[in-house]
Amino acid sequence: MNLLPLLTINSFTLGGLLFLLSAGFSLIFGLMRIPNLAHGAFFMLGAYIGTSLLIGLKWNFWAAALASALAIAVFGMVLEWLLLRRLAGREQAQVLVTLGITLMVADGCLVFWTGDPISVRTPAGLHGSLAVAGTAFPLYRLAIIAVAVAIATGLWLLLEGTRLGAKIRAGVDDPVMARVVGIPVPRLFTFVFALGAGLAGFAGVIGSPILSVYPGLDLDMLPLALVVVILGGAGSLVGTMAGSLLVGFVFNFGQAYFPELAYFVLFLPMVVMLVVRPQGLFGRGAA
Amino acid sequence: MRALEIQGLTKAFGGLKVTRDVNLSVEPGERRLVIGPNGAGKTTLFNLITGELRPDAGRMSVFGQPLDDLPAWRRAHLGLARTYQIITLFPKATLAHNVCLSVLGLSRARWRPWGALAREQAFDARARETLAQVELAHLAGRRLSETSYGEQRRTEIAMALAQRPRLLLLDEPFAGLSLDERNDVRKLLARIPRDVTIVMIEHDMDVALELADRITLMHFGEVVVEGTRDEVVAHPRTREIYLGA
Amino acid sequence: MTSRIASAIALLALAAAPAWIGSDYYLNVLSQVLIGAIFALALNVIVGYGGLVSIGHGALFGIAAYAAALLLNAGYGHFAAIVFGLLVTLVATALFAVLSLRASGIGFMMITLAIGQLLWGLAYRWVTLTNGDNGINLAARPQPFGLSLAGADAFFYATLLVFLAALVSMTSFIRSPFGESLVGTREQPRRMTALGFSVWRIRFFACLFSGMWSGVAGLLFMYYNQFISPHAMSLSASAEALLMVIAGGSGTVLGPIAGAALVVIMKFVASAYIERWNFVLGAIFVFIVLVMPEGVLPGSARLLGAAWGKLKGADARA
Repeated sequence: MNLLPLLTINSFTLGGLLFLLSAGFSLIFGLMRIPNLAHGAFFMLGAYIGTSLLIGLKWNFWAAALASALAIAVFGMVLEWLLLRRLAGREQAQVLVTLGITLMVADGCLVFWTGDPISVRTPAGLHGSLAVAGTAFPLYRLAIIAVAVAIATGLWLLLEGTRLGAKIRAGVDDPVMARVVGIPVPRLFTFVFALGAGLAGFAGVIGSPILSVYPGLDLDMLPLALVVVILGGAGSLVGTMAGSLLVGFVFNFGQAYFPELAYFVLFLPMVVMLVVRPQGLFGRGAA
Repeated sequence: MRALEIQGLTKAFGGLKVTRDVNLSVEPGERRLVIGPNGAGKTTLFNLITGELRPDAGRMSVFGQPLDDLPAWRRAHLGLARTYQIITLFPKATLAHNVCLSVLGLSRARWRPWGALAREQAFDARARETLAQVELAHLAGRRLSETSYGEQRRTEIAMALAQRPRLLLLDEPFAGLSLDERNDVRKLLARIPRDVTIVMIEHDMDVALELADRITLMHFGEVVVEGTRDEVVAHPRTREIYLGA
Repeated sequence: MTSRIASAIALLALAAAPAWIGSDYYLNVLSQVLIGAIFALALNVIVGYGGLVSIGHGALFGIAAYAAALLLNAGYGHFAAIVFGLLVTLVATALFAVLSLRASGIGFMMITLAIGQLLWGLAYRWVTLTNGDNGINLAARPQPFGLSLAGADAFFYATLLVFLAALVSMTSFIRSPFGESLVGTREQPRRMTALGFSVWRIRFFACLFSGMWSGVAGLLFMYYNQFISPHAMSLSASAEALLMVIAGGSGTVLGPIAGAALVVIMKFVASAYIERWNFVLGAIFVFIVLVMPEGVLPGSARLLGAAWGKLKGADARA
């Protein structure tokens, strides 16, 4: 059986999932100039909350995803307001705080949900596969691609079509000028951080049927978000899309053809990009 | 051989030309004053000379040594020293330690990873000697953060003098000083021997004009007028720039 | 004068530790504190004195151990393995530095994070070389001059000796002209350049010094556990080391030692009573960054000093 079509679809799926994960990271990094090291934790926490809603309370999959997103968004908002705002202007300190938050969230999840991996069933109606030209493409994986496209469109409309989006873009391009023209940068930070967190939480639930939910998921996903944003460029939707697809493909094909060097093949371009072109392929604003 | 020779120096930030085709020649031992309204590009000129900024075009040389590809840190070793408009010293260190670092910068010893710096008699002696030149010897053991603004400005000058420079760039040495402090600095600068060439940016006309041999007037990144004090003062463009619209 | 007496007492207490620490378990914990302290001191050179926050130092810690472990399992002796480990660390650190020093601040942080992840990824996935997550086991600890280091006592003394060497090295380094110039680059890089210092070169050599001692700590760690796994190079390992430096007080010599003690004791002792010690660690991290960014020792000193001042003020008014 030809592996190529399946590998390709899986790469698009992973790319889509990575986009959902990294869009938030990219916005936060682009606007607030900090790599949010707690982003993987947001993903994982969202996934865990999803499992409780899905398995414990038997909610509808999509409702659970949205509820989880909301919960993580609120969580992110509180964190930003309580902790990060206090360190305004001190980016290095903010990054360290996000590191501390990761540790706390990871252990918190262990307490609540114990250490056993939790698998999540694909949502109703998307169990089977679509047969195209002799290969069976799992429906849910195609659905993830659709969801990613939908969210990407929504974000694009937000950023390009609304005043809020314009303010965000201004803040990404030139934070100093943005302040000068009266854009309320601190409130923008809170909004973007909450939005980013919520997107990560949403991605966690969406990804759970494929990745399952387990301790360490946060540290598995964080480096991927990092690579996506560094390669694609922070603060740019197109960049995040490009980076997500790139990483999706490199990771999947890397795993398939050189499993031992999969991470190397992934992280080496990241190191090279950081050194050669820190703003990434499509990055906006100063690195 | 000129102390400082600049030809066709140009620098732009995006669309904004901050330095336009500047030509400047300073003779050894000269006291050159660079004046001009805010935004004329004077500090940018200094930053280009010291290497903090790379020019888009043009050539510079100090005592015949071309500066073109020389990294900023090497230029100090050519005998170039500068002071800054804002204080960029080490607030938690004593005045002596501050000046010590200045002396260390040009010494081979700066690579030594053993042997306490604090116990280096030679450096300490040089530091105190330089502080005496600016009349701050009595505060040598005082923390910089515990000294007055005027004393910190004089320490700036001491830092530059400790490098035993051949070419000294002073960026607004009188800024923010009281009348008495300005007098002290003026006397201090007048005492500097002529084996040090001085190029000074200043706004305070009275004090600066006294010290200057020649004056260069800049406006919007260009050299507009240059000559002796009298020539510049009498020049119609000078009046235009300072008194005009 | 009092600090000298205090140091002397501390050293004597350490030297006599096997005598007054009852169990092997706690003696081993102390050994791990010392190993952590060496690593923290090494990291502090870059973070505290250099002002460049690295979250990838676990890679330098681990690469020494992996290099040595591989050589040992290939049949070479301990001396060769240690030398090889340190050489590999030196080369790795040089590369690490050349890449990371393209930036400073957040950029530096990101590159160190990326390189750390890259090397961790190699250790984790390049199973034919590193045995992946299963790690590499060592048959035995070295026998310098025929003395066995198998027992807790003997290993402790060996670790203590290395720790003292590190301590002397650090103190000497930080007071030296080079050390002072490093601190200068942290405070005023522009000014230092104008004074004739090459900020890049200073940071580069400081990185090498830091990397070497990180490698030494990694080798001790490997011999202690007689095992090395990719976890030693993970982001959490680098974060733990960073926490030791920041918690204790970056930019001082005692700070990282105190930080190492805090973190290791939390890990091994408190974890017996508090289940989720990572949570506590994370909380301490956040607390320190918010309230006492200069670290527990200087921060407490500052807060105590302020409190003392208020008390004295109250007394004066009374």
